[in-house]
Amino acid sequence: MRRVRAAVTGVVTLSLAFTATACGGGEGSSSSPKTLTYWASNQGASLEIDKKVLQPELDQFEKETGIKVKLEVIPWSDLLNRILTATTSGQGPDILNIGNTWSASLQSTGALLPWDAKNLEAIGGKDRFVDSALGSTGVPGKEPAAVPLYSMAYALYYNKQMFKDAGIAKPPTTWDEVIAAGKKLSKDGKAGIGVEGSNLSNNIHQVFVLGKQHGADFFTADGKPDFTSDGAVAAVKQYIDLMAVQKIVAPGNAEYAQNQSLSDFAKNKTGMVLWQTPSQTFSSQGMGPDEWGVAPAPVPSGKPGQGAQTNSMVAGINLAVFKNTKNLDGALKFVKYMTSDEEQIALNKAYGSVPPVKSAQKDAAFADPSLTVIRDTLATSAAALPQVPEESQFETVVGTAVKELFADAAAGRPVTTESVKAKLEKAQQQMPKK
Amino acid sequence: MTETAVAHPTEPAVRKATPGEARAPRRSGRRRIALPYLLLLPALLLELLVHLVPMLMGIVMSFKELTQFYIRNWGEAPWSGLDNYTVAIDFDAPVGQALLKSFLTTCLFTLLSVGLCWFLGTAAAIFLQENFRGRGFLRTLFLVPYALPVYAAVITWAFMFQRDNGLINHVLHDQLGIGDSPAFWLIGDNAFYTLLVVSVWKGWPFAFLTVMAGLQNIPRDMYEAAALDGAGVWKQIRHITLPSLRSVNQVLVLVLFLWTFNDFNTPFVLFGKAAPESADLISLHIYQSSFQTWNFGTGSAMSVLLLLFLLVVTGVYLLLTSRGRKTSDV
Repeated sequence: MRRVRAAVTGVVTLSLAFTATACGGGEGSSSSPKTLTYWASNQGASLEIDKKVLQPELDQFEKETGIKVKLEVIPWSDLLNRILTATTSGQGPDILNIGNTWSASLQSTGALLPWDAKNLEAIGGKDRFVDSALGSTGVPGKEPAAVPLYSMAYALYYNKQMFKDAGIAKPPTTWDEVIAAGKKLSKDGKAGIGVEGSNLSNNIHQVFVLGKQHGADFFTADGKPDFTSDGAVAAVKQYIDLMAVQKIVAPGNAEYAQNQSLSDFAKNKTGMVLWQTPSQTFSSQGMGPDEWGVAPAPVPSGKPGQGAQTNSMVAGINLAVFKNTKNLDGALKFVKYMTSDEEQIALNKAYGSVPPVKSAQKDAAFADPSLTVIRDTLATSAAALPQVPEESQFETVVGTAVKELFADAAAGRPVTTESVKAKLEKAQQQMPKK
Repeated sequence: MTETAVAHPTEPAVRKATPGEARAPRRSGRRRIALPYLLLLPALLLELLVHLVPMLMGIVMSFKELTQFYIRNWGEAPWSGLDNYTVAIDFDAPVGQALLKSFLTTCLFTLLSVGLCWFLGTAAAIFLQENFRGRGFLRTLFLVPYALPVYAAVITWAFMFQRDNGLINHVLHDQLGIGDSPAFWLIGDNAFYTLLVVSVWKGWPFAFLTVMAGLQNIPRDMYEAAALDGAGVWKQIRHITLPSLRSVNQVLVLVLFLWTFNDFNTPFVLFGKAAPESADLISLHIYQSSFQTWNFGTGSAMSVLLLLFLLVVTGVYLLLTSRGRKTSDV
């Protein structure tokens, strides 16, 4: 009997030990004040390039403060899921990059440290940042969930050689001109303009801007989804019609989701793309900076501004502190370091983006015409995507609707106002009920 | 018979060793009963931890309103009763409709995929029973899809199925001239066939392997006897091979069914987060209903429904096949 009991005790202990080690797996946020874990988003042409850009800066931070930063660059396809998992388990990084459009959604989960006056003071105050960038850091009126790190905006990129060959003298400024230029470009297997039909986020960015131009927001003022207004339907239809009716988008673009439209552009197969900061990708595809030109994205009047003349979303990356961090002091130091003038200039220069920090914007590195277009767009004609908690769901359901409509257009099925409205209605019904 | 024969010689030995202890045999009996359970205990505890606890948590979640506002501390999420279930099975509303459609798509897909996997696997295994030059090579070759990592293999398929630069369209359209314009395989209605091809390619080597193992147990002389009686190849397959494989096939089909019905990797890697409607398999659909819209309550309710369905199917299947086995044993 005693032996049985001993055996039972042994086996139970062993199993408990097993389970305990199983639970102990996984890396939590560091409790040591001398280390930080940082999840960076993929900003360069590859994860490796990001590591090469960031590591020297992190080494410099370690030299200054003695805090070692463990870097992990996370591809966009995984980032939101990783953040959600970290939120659920409470085991996450100390500092992380988020797409600025997710700010309100992630804010509502309570996973991110709110930037109250005291925290903002620790990094030099709110006034260091450009207003438009601050507009994408959370629900208006609440303490921001993150601070701006890199700013970007959409612009029209055109292939100089193809424009010359087609006899187009200057880049288009209105949609009519885009279509006219597109038709001249679309011949011999070449296409006028590229889209990423299966990339949900990109679809959203494009139809959001077109919605603004049609006087439609995808959410009502009190934050309820409003996907089926006439303006929203017209916006989505206008975007799909570039392929379905105007035929200036190659049907194959309907399945693009991995920046294939940029390779087409670099290979002289597509004349234009509406994109944010593609210069690094172009050069990694072997296209030099003088082979492409950049102009403000088209608007109905030809002159970008606010309201119906909006021509970009406020794109960008925010830096957030995970609320569960055990090293708040170190995390704040790191955010201060990353938003300092010196780092802002170095990092935004490397990524081809614009610093959201006012004093850093003045640097000569950002006086290049390709970047002044973006800076002007951000200052005068960009609008923030809806800062509502359901933004992330909106990207998914409406982005999917646009993807399905592109699939219809590519297969030659008619895309009508009714079919667009039906898809958007279905998308709206999938949104969480309030 | 054998048990008593073994037990008898040992019993007196035990008695001799512990004279005066009348209850010794019972105790050793109890020990013998306890031993298997003791040995199972570690596995059982791990099973509890790895499978049952998350499953129970999923069931609890399905009764909660677990949206993005509560994921940080999901214990605080309010109870919602059967709300998540009513949303999931209200087939007049869009969410229920989409779930039903996804379920039916998955049923059709599973039926075709399992059928083809089984057929190809069995046919190949039977053909490779014959001894000929290169048999070993072919057997190895056929197992390659099974040995490749799923992710790498499916990503390669995704490249091959690309419309503009993919190998499939290059062969079908550019070289064979089928169709007016290259077809889309990764979006639209064709996506169903794409998924089926990849799933069968990935699944049939397992059927092949299992059936091949089963074939080794069929005595050669049965075939020889049948041949002497004048049975041809087809008759031998119908009357000897297939009946002898019966018990192997029962397990094989069940396992293939469960794997295929639950398959997440293949559609996810092929199509990304938003699968085309024609290939919207249920596991991906549930993933999208929970992760993409951050509504884990409804997602869990759908998972519980799926679990119940698979339990019922498996239960009925096992009941039917075991009844068949018992009668065949008699």
